[in-house]
Amino acid sequence: MKTIFERPKTLINKPFTYCPGCHHGLAQRLIAEVIDELDIAEKTIGVGPVGCSVYIYEFFNLDFVMGAHGRAPAVATGVKRSLPDRIVFSYQGDGDIAAIGTAEIVHCANRGELITSFFINNAVFGMTGGQMAPTTLLGQKTTTSPFGRSAEVQGFPFKLGEMLAQAEGSAYIARVALTNPRLINQAKRCIKKAFLTQIEKKGFALVEILSPCPTNWGMTPLEAVQWVEEKMIPYFPLGEIKVKEDGSHDAS
Amino acid sequence: MMHHEILIGGFGGQGILFLGRVLATAGMLEGHEVSWFPSYGPEMRGGTASCTVIISAEEIGATVTDHPDICIVMNEPSFRRFSPLVKEGGLLVINSSLIRENCSRQDIEILKIPANELAGKETGVAETTNMVILGALIARKPILSFSAVKSALEEILTGKKKNLLSVNFKALQVGKNFEEKERQ
Amino acid sequence: MERILMKGNEALAEAAIQAGCRFYFGYPITPQTEISEYLSRRLPEVGGVFLQAESEIAAINMVYGAAATGARVMTSSSGPGISLKQEGISYLASAELPCVVVNMSRGGPGLGNIQPAQSDYFQATRGGGHGDYRTLVLAPSSVQELVSLTHRAFYLADKYRNPVKILGDGMLGQMMEPVTWEEIELPPLPPKNWAIKGKGEGERKFILCMELDPQELEKFNRKLEKKYQQMAEEDTAWEIFGEESDPHLLLVGFGTVARILKSVIREGKKEGWRIALLRPITLFPFPYKVVQKMAEKAGKVLVVEMNLGQMIEDVKLGVEGKAPVHFYSRVGGMVPTVDEVLQKIADILRGEGRK
Ligand SMILES: Cc1ncc(C[n+]2csc(CCOP(=O)(O)OP(=O)(O)O)c2C)c(N)n1
Ligand code: SF4
Ligand SMILES: [Mg+2]
Repeated sequence: MKTIFERPKTLINKPFTYCPGCHHGLAQRLIAEVIDELDIAEKTIGVGPVGCSVYIYEFFNLDFVMGAHGRAPAVATGVKRSLPDRIVFSYQGDGDIAAIGTAEIVHCANRGELITSFFINNAVFGMTGGQMAPTTLLGQKTTTSPFGRSAEVQGFPFKLGEMLAQAEGSAYIARVALTNPRLINQAKRCIKKAFLTQIEKKGFALVEILSPCPTNWGMTPLEAVQWVEEKMIPYFPLGEIKVKEDGSHDAS
Repeated sequence: MMHHEILIGGFGGQGILFLGRVLATAGMLEGHEVSWFPSYGPEMRGGTASCTVIISAEEIGATVTDHPDICIVMNEPSFRRFSPLVKEGGLLVINSSLIRENCSRQDIEILKIPANELAGKETGVAETTNMVILGALIARKPILSFSAVKSALEEILTGKKKNLLSVNFKALQVGKNFEEKERQ
Repeated sequence: MERILMKGNEALAEAAIQAGCRFYFGYPITPQTEISEYLSRRLPEVGGVFLQAESEIAAINMVYGAAATGARVMTSSSGPGISLKQEGISYLASAELPCVVVNMSRGGPGLGNIQPAQSDYFQATRGGGHGDYRTLVLAPSSVQELVSLTHRAFYLADKYRNPVKILGDGMLGQMMEPVTWEEIELPPLPPKNWAIKGKGEGERKFILCMELDPQELEKFNRKLEKKYQQMAEEDTAWEIFGEESDPHLLLVGFGTVARILKSVIREGKKEGWRIALLRPITLFPFPYKVVQKMAEKAGKVLVVEMNLGQMIEDVKLGVEGKAPVHFYSRVGGMVPTVDEVLQKIADILRGEGRK
């Protein structure tokens, strides 16, 4: 029998400091498991965000770079261009990647940068206390959309994955959630594919992970998981959005 | 000249900031100068929270203090951190429901109050622990009048929160009664 | 007059509304997010617009657009976000557009932390953006003053057609103090006949930020220079506290530090120390002349800041070598304590052969 709770080698033996019911920790665990399975820890470099997961480097037994809010794709580009034989991944929240860092991620994808990007969509700015994010759902109340998000005033929840799929340089884009064991397995497969896309030099890869933020949603962990399933998934459908099979993209 | 530097520490969620706000508002209503300064940022998430309230007859300079003359500690980490700071002759109020350690200082006055138990038993609302403590504090050291503290609560708990007034008043009284019994 | 206990950030936001600000564009950042949160509720109530931008770069350019139409407009942030706004502020200064930019600063550099600091003094007073521009910089030191200086900031922005910065810090933004809401009267301002509204029946107008002809651009820069001189002559502000007539030490500090220095002076009085505090209220224009006068009187100066020594450069420019200038600081989000400053003063006085 498989031991499910064995700690991946790529994770430091240190408990995650996220709130109860937050999926940042679960997502990072899955990424670490995939790195273990692919046996790439020695040549993998992470680039962290500014957001609740700003301390991500504390949990991974990997080299890590922390940059400015939203700029991880640009920083990762610099790292990868300088060290093309390493595996580079970035990890960002929705405010980081889809608000302040929109330009960086769009152009990173469009250049077909050989990096793997993880995007935690929790529909709010978690770290700063629950302000509206580009991914906040219509009607959702946050501290800066106190009357609920309305399309006329704040526009529509941003489907970044679908948009990046339009970029010629992106090779793999998927959206996953971690709200039950079946979805977790699916997510892990997508995370692995996203790393393989980079290893096989097919182009830019991104996995968007829908994630609860019980603290800022004002819910219990259980309610928050239900909210992901009932409210977020219908608007942000799960699955592979783009899979480019051909077209090796080796610059050399 | 009236001048008090009050430091309050505990867990996030124990109503530390609220307690401070009630004190500051009451001080203001009595015509004093007041300031309220909270600990802020991620350290509040599940961690410790603290706040400093200054009540003074004159314009307030520094809004934080190294030597509070009144200090309320609601959990052990804040007891360890703050009890050494209390000014000689000052008052340390200890929430003995959560703080088992003994304070070795002989040069300050100590008031121990099992505030969680009192709040749970006497008001039935655990969230009023902070007001039980405030009631005992004001009874021991009448830096402000009870009526000002009550008016402060009225000023803060408005709208939908108005229905919380009576249980908070009750908690103040529970604290006051406890202190009076202690003194005898 | 009724007093209301308010958080600095919220008092500033309310004051902006009272001053006629109807447009706010911002991006969340600690320790000033309460400004955004407050205005997201309040501005719609008064028929104004609150918009959370996708970044500080977008926010300052939205400010540029609204200011071009003659509206009273504000944005706020903390150090990292103000860094991103520097480009836009240079353009606003160039286009001579009035606006208010608030910095509730925090420990830096980089992401730093979120505790109070004054390390954005250079950024605020020296620009940070490109080109020969200046912005007025107001440095409040209490919640009540956050209110009065916010009114003043909108007034000065319109008076000079120039961005005005308010430089606070995490402590001022997060603390609560009583505020009275009185009518604030400021002198009348000329009509904004430069604002673009669509030409209608009249002449077309432009808001521009480029001048390719160097002779013309020089003329424009000289015009800005005159404006900055006028600011220095008419709108330099400061406060003197403590022993004004016969001090034997001059303290200089702004904002949060100035409050601590007031406590220091009260404590020092018990020792028989005669100390004056000069608190610059405008950091640009800086009160150079007053600094010199007071420094000459006191014979020695102690500058206290929450940075590695930034305002001290302006103090030295004012003192012009006429008195020794000492320095004490805490940095990285640490706040100096009254005891520390008293100790520093004791050291300085002892060095002079006094007790
Ligand atoms: C230039 C700049 N602006 C603003 C901030 C403040 N800030 C830190 S994290 C964050 C948003 C985080 O939200 P998200 O990316 O969704 O991550 P989460 O915390 O939800 O995981 C903001 C606005 C900053 N650090 N730098
Ligand atoms: S605030 Fe939200 S996103 Fe941040 S750690 Fe807590 S649950 Fe997770
Ligand atoms: Mg988020």
